[in-house]
Amino acid sequence: MISAADVFRVFQTHRDKAIVIPTGTSGRHWRDFSTNEKRDLTMGGAMGQTTAAALGIALGLPNEQVVLFDAEGALLMNLGILATIAGKQPQNFYHFLLDNECYATTGGQPVPNAKNINYAGMAKEAGYTAAYSFDDLETFGAQVGNILNEKGPVFIAIKVIPEVENEPIGRRERRPTRNRAETIRDLRAELGIA
Amino acid sequence: MSEEQAAILRPETLVEEFKKNGVTHVITIPDSETNYLYELMMEQPWLDIIPTSREGETFSIALGLSVGGKVPVCLIQNTGMMESGDSIRGMALDSGFPLVMVVGYRGWTRHGVITDSAARYTEPFLNAFRINYYLVESNEDGKRISTAFEEARVTKRPVAVLIGDEYHGFNR
Repeated sequence: MISAADVFRVFQTHRDKAIVIPTGTSGRHWRDFSTNEKRDLTMGGAMGQTTAAALGIALGLPNEQVVLFDAEGALLMNLGILATIAGKQPQNFYHFLLDNECYATTGGQPVPNAKNINYAGMAKEAGYTAAYSFDDLETFGAQVGNILNEKGPVFIAIKVIPEVENEPIGRRERRPTRNRAETIRDLRAELGIA
Repeated sequence: MSEEQAAILRPETLVEEFKKNGVTHVITIPDSETNYLYELMMEQPWLDIIPTSREGETFSIALGLSVGGKVPVCLIQNTGMMESGDSIRGMALDSGFPLVMVVGYRGWTRHGVITDSAARYTEPFLNAFRINYYLVESNEDGKRISTAFEEARVTKRPVAVLIGDEYHGFNR
């Protein structure tokens, strides 16, 4: 397993101008590494629906590279999205999955069949152009640059170390961050969309 | 046009309304009575059709498209709309963007008793979400679709168009 922070540290060196959409407990680390905040989007709002929103962005902005950092608990809520994405074949879409095998934000309960699901296999068989699985940082770091040069939709499953939260939500530390509306406003301004 | 023709809702009417209102994408799960509409939409070079696996996706994809400056429409059946509750809440209503959702009103009739629970719960569902709606049953009602688009643009909220002619208008 890899720490989510290390995934983002490595990814950032290959990001270029990609629009990046992080989600889930692991995704919160992205803000520590991003150097182009105006191209970062927060699309959460209904668990399992960020994947579909990211597809909409890829289809709506076909000239932009769109990178989603999904979570396996969210993906399991709407697995049919793999077929929806494959059906449209967005060449600019890169679907990373940070798989910590549990619902970290609710105390670490395992997702169904947590250790035995081949998410990359599902994506490949659904019709993604390519799919990869990683569970060590060295291999991921060696390949991620080339993967981002492939035509999408590409799926990249990564086993990450769970960061379980047990504090009641009201007592958890809140770090300053832009909300969804602010990230949308900033991206649209960056891209010159009225 | 005869009275009988005017009483029928033609699929062309929907497509014309979509074009008039600048629609770029229709995100849909076709239902059994709308196949001709689907085929007609596929023939339009200005329109991109996005088939989905579950109705809740349609509202999230619509949000993403709207971020990119596109004009999406969700085209689903009332049963799927009910499945989409959390997506409608979290992705459409909370985001505050203009969205017309065209909803097949399965089971609805103005003649006699409604026996299909899908129809019985459709309007209470929309009312619970504070989503305004317009019933479209015939070609003469077609202009209500433009009314829905205008309302969505002004309020930056979802507005529903209920297609109440499910059993006749879209069939060949």
